[in-house]
Amino acid sequence: MSLQRKKFRYLGESLIEGNIKATASLAIVVIFLILFFILRESLPIFFNPEVQQEITFRHFFSGIQWQPVSDNPRFSLWPIILGSLKVTLIALLFAVPVAVAAALYSSEFAGGRLKELIKPGVELLAGIPSVVLGFFALVVMASFLKDLFGWQIRLNAINAGLALGFAVIPAIYSLAEDAINAVPKSFREAALGLGATPWQSATKVVLPAALPGVSAAVLFGMGRAVGETMVVLMAAGNAPLFSFNPLESTRTMTATIAAELGEVVFGSGHYHALFFIGLVLFAVTFAINLASHALFEGLMTRLYGARK
Amino acid sequence: MNNKRRIGDNIRIGLTGSAVLLIAAILAVILGTIIIGGYKSLSCEFLTKPSTDGMTAGGIFPAIFGMVFSLLIMLIAVVPVGVATAIYLHEYARPGLLLTKLIRGAVNNLAGVPSIVFGLFGLGFFIQFIGGGLDHSLGQSGLFGQPCILWASLTLALMNLPMIIVATEEALRAVPQAERAGALALGATKWQTIRHVVLPQAVSGIMTGVVLTISRGAGEVAPIMFTGAAYYLPYLPKLPTDQFMTLGYHIFVMTTQSPDIDATVPIAMGATLVLLALTFSLNLVGIVIRSHTRSQLRKGR
Repeated sequence: MSLQRKKFRYLGESLIEGNIKATASLAIVVIFLILFFILRESLPIFFNPEVQQEITFRHFFSGIQWQPVSDNPRFSLWPIILGSLKVTLIALLFAVPVAVAAALYSSEFAGGRLKELIKPGVELLAGIPSVVLGFFALVVMASFLKDLFGWQIRLNAINAGLALGFAVIPAIYSLAEDAINAVPKSFREAALGLGATPWQSATKVVLPAALPGVSAAVLFGMGRAVGETMVVLMAAGNAPLFSFNPLESTRTMTATIAAELGEVVFGSGHYHALFFIGLVLFAVTFAINLASHALFEGLMTRLYGARK
Repeated sequence: MNNKRRIGDNIRIGLTGSAVLLIAAILAVILGTIIIGGYKSLSCEFLTKPSTDGMTAGGIFPAIFGMVFSLLIMLIAVVPVGVATAIYLHEYARPGLLLTKLIRGAVNNLAGVPSIVFGLFGLGFFIQFIGGGLDHSLGQSGLFGQPCILWASLTLALMNLPMIIVATEEALRAVPQAERAGALALGATKWQTIRHVVLPQAVSGIMTGVVLTISRGAGEVAPIMFTGAAYYLPYLPKLPTDQFMTLGYHIFVMTTQSPDIDATVPIAMGATLVLLALTFSLNLVGIVIRSHTRSQLRKGR
């Protein structure tokens, strides 16, 4: 090959590599753009005097009312923070035991055939769009539960929490199963060799060894639950009440943005407040996901040593 | 004693297994309800006619049309970027490099950003910043600086970027290292190896990612509510700068904003059944191709 051609080839190669590298870096750019633009639309609350006549940071944490559209608007975040916490907690109380038990069963006790079925089945549940889960909870499940338990209010935090649980079970399951599967076979062999039953091996040896990964799975599910929008928008009754009662209607942070952004006056205090809620959501889910990721990587390092 | 212990163990294992049954039951109940409630609404007309009488009668054609339109634009945007990112991460990047770590971190975090935050971002970035900027420099108003298919699809594309990347990387991992070594040893350059040896073998895995992305994109509502989707439109969108109706949002609107909920529910059930059938069949295809790819990966090792 002539030197000339070699040079051309080298040039072509590095051009292609450069392009691919630049495209790959787009993911970093996007994350920063998201942060930047959400910040840009929330910062006027802190720095723009005109907006501050309507709303300041202080308003978010004084009082217990979120009533952005009224003669005397209130912007307290407490009711919707409480709503998010309430619905997320209910969802996790329901989803964590189910998902972790299912993960433990499928990796420790299920036979090969059944195992091949469980994972795709859970993936199918994950494939149900959240608007469909919301629709189901709103049109079918709410009335059923109300009649069953004689509730006063059809659309309440428990109804939404259960539906949200359906949405996060697959997320928790798949990460928990990965964690349990990552525990080396030798752990089980050692336990069984010492006379433990399969149940004892699974619950006293394997599950504790996988615990950081299972916690990571729970956190991961929590991040999903906090950020989920359509289910809670449709199934929770959409009333921003400051109430600890799970049988009352409620409204989460995500649902507040979804319900109000469509009608908000561009540039108003309310508009910037909604972006501020988005900023809080971004920060909270970011932190939860980071923690989940660190826990999971920590487990892998503990089981297999540092990865090269 | 031993026997007793075994019985106790079996009961406990059975209880654990009942969690699997519960998940199956949830899946069955949701599917069953929507199939039973929705199949009566299904007809050729339902799929080909627009909705009428304030969404209490008629079909869902505009919503299907808009959904396909927006998904096409989404794919055009997300597939090249996602595949290129995965190629970089798996074929070019050195694991310890700061850039590699940053890209991986960004992809992970992108996957965790709540869908409604993508909606906010689409509004602030695409519509107001890019669209508004374009309108301003073109000296007009209200062409790009308003919700439309283009911005909604691009928002969806960003949201689904991690999915394509992860699926493509998995597909690349399934290609045996020896194949690359062979091509390189025969004098192929790195790109030639990727282009002619690695990618052809990874196509089915990449298709899995594409199929799952379509499925997820079809069902997402939160990111497009404020970036392009409309409550109701009396005409079909023609350009990417038009607003559009889409199935997921249409279901939401029908069930929450209908003037006559009893008349709307059967139609909403039918629409939900169509959406579910679509996402399910896409998922099923994706899952089947993926388990095939995975079993090949195990053989390859």
